[in-house]
Amino acid sequence: MSSRELTAVTRTSPQPPLRITEQILPVASSAAGLFNGFFEWFGELGTFSWRVLSAAATPPYEWHELIRQLDEVGSKSLPLVAMAGAAIGVILSLEARYSLSRFGAKSMFPATLVYSVVQVMGPVITGLVVSGRVGAGMGAELASMKVTEQIDAIEASAINPYRLLAATRILACILMLPLLTLATDASALLTGWFAQAMVEPLSFHQFIANGFNGATFSAFLPQTFKTAVYGLIIGLIACFQGMRTRGGAAGVGRAATNSVVLASLFLILADVVLVKFILVFFP
Amino acid sequence: MDTAYDIAAKQAAPGQDSLAPVVAVEDVYKSFNGHKVLNGISLRVNQGETLAVLGRSGTGKSVLLRLIIGLDAPDSGSICIHGQDIAGLALDRMGKIRKKMGFLFQQAALYDSLTVAGNVAFPLEHHRRDLSKSERDDRVRQLLAEVGLDSAIDKMPSDISGGMQKRVGLARALALEPEILLLDEPTAGLDPISSGEIDELILMLQREHRMASIVVTHDLHSAKTIAGRLALLKEGNVVIEGTFEDLQRSDIEFVKEFLKQS
Repeated sequence: MSSRELTAVTRTSPQPPLRITEQILPVASSAAGLFNGFFEWFGELGTFSWRVLSAAATPPYEWHELIRQLDEVGSKSLPLVAMAGAAIGVILSLEARYSLSRFGAKSMFPATLVYSVVQVMGPVITGLVVSGRVGAGMGAELASMKVTEQIDAIEASAINPYRLLAATRILACILMLPLLTLATDASALLTGWFAQAMVEPLSFHQFIANGFNGATFSAFLPQTFKTAVYGLIIGLIACFQGMRTRGGAAGVGRAATNSVVLASLFLILADVVLVKFILVFFP
Repeated sequence: MDTAYDIAAKQAAPGQDSLAPVVAVEDVYKSFNGHKVLNGISLRVNQGETLAVLGRSGTGKSVLLRLIIGLDAPDSGSICIHGQDIAGLALDRMGKIRKKMGFLFQQAALYDSLTVAGNVAFPLEHHRRDLSKSERDDRVRQLLAEVGLDSAIDKMPSDISGGMQKRVGLARALALEPEILLLDEPTAGLDPISSGEIDELILMLQREHRMASIVVTHDLHSAKTIAGRLALLKEGNVVIEGTFEDLQRSDIEFVKEFLKQS
């Protein structure tokens, strides 16, 4: 048989049909792998959280590192969240004016803006911006330390890396997120008022007085302080992803990306639960 | 012929209980992803003694050091430091034992955000809070002078050579005045002159501090220079243990081949 004929036979001869088990087994195996990986990740996260918690609860406390991290998370994120807040303020102002005008409810503008910013947009935008900046930074920094054995060197020097590296970063995120949210809110309200005042005369005093008219602390405080939970999520995920990194430069890149993606995802999922929780306990 | 244990006893520091090993590794197994790295290894090191662990790449030499300092846990077997089994110890309790140990990593593992001085001061800042800043700075300068790097005190790790990084790593390992020194490939990747300088430095430190040392290396010349006793590993276990002369006299084919190629 010539090679041409052989090629023709090869092309035309029908493949024997795969048995059902042969078709299902690879799919089932990869599904089982994913399933295992999913639970393994949560299991490791649980173990990591417990180690961080027990390290954070016992002396010696790493005050110097905590202060450094408060500056890293707080002061250095301030310009970014303020700018994001400013942009959100202008966008909400434009959208609110247009929508409220259609329904003849322009007088509701200050309250609409204040409630939109303080209850919804401010916390979420702050969380997402900090997740991007701090989550990626922490994830990459710790991952780089892990692959260059710097974390092992810390442990070999009889220093608990969960206390020094993770607990301080997570605590800094928990403490700083509510403060950064206040900064986002203030920036958004200022630019929102300014955008409105450029179109129609509206004094800042009048805007604030109308916006917060009848508002209670319980309407705003839980929404602001829920961002401490966002801080916990961002810090925990970034530290966890960073400190479990394997595989050189590629691993560092993966850790940074996963830190941001997972922290943002869990932050939004947590918001669903937190909003419901706040509605129930702070009606 | 003296056994390894006799040699260890002879090398022990005067006044020490020579029969109590500082580090005792007994029948230790370790696997990674089903691949057996250490296969029932047993070793002992006495006070003031230096043991060189030799072997081809991938025979578990570095893993052995990581197990001794508790960075990894053995699958089975025991590792005792000053008679205390470290298996299953919590991180903080393990920390108390680690304070007596200094570890030089293969790539030095210096903290890249700290200066040379910051790296050496790091263990002191965390464990010697009784020292004032000036006392700590003096100690850092003294340690860096000891390794010949007092001129590089303010440099960043990225601005110094590999050999200098190893010296800084060594100074950091010595900061807490350890009783046990673990050195992972101290001369790997260095030119012969730098390797010789590191060997001399280790010998000088041994003379001055009388520590128990375990040096992992594949550099036979370096091992011969700095260690009184050598252990050659193959497939995760000790093939032969003794002086360099014992290795030279050995009839084991692998030992002959290793000496011939080194």
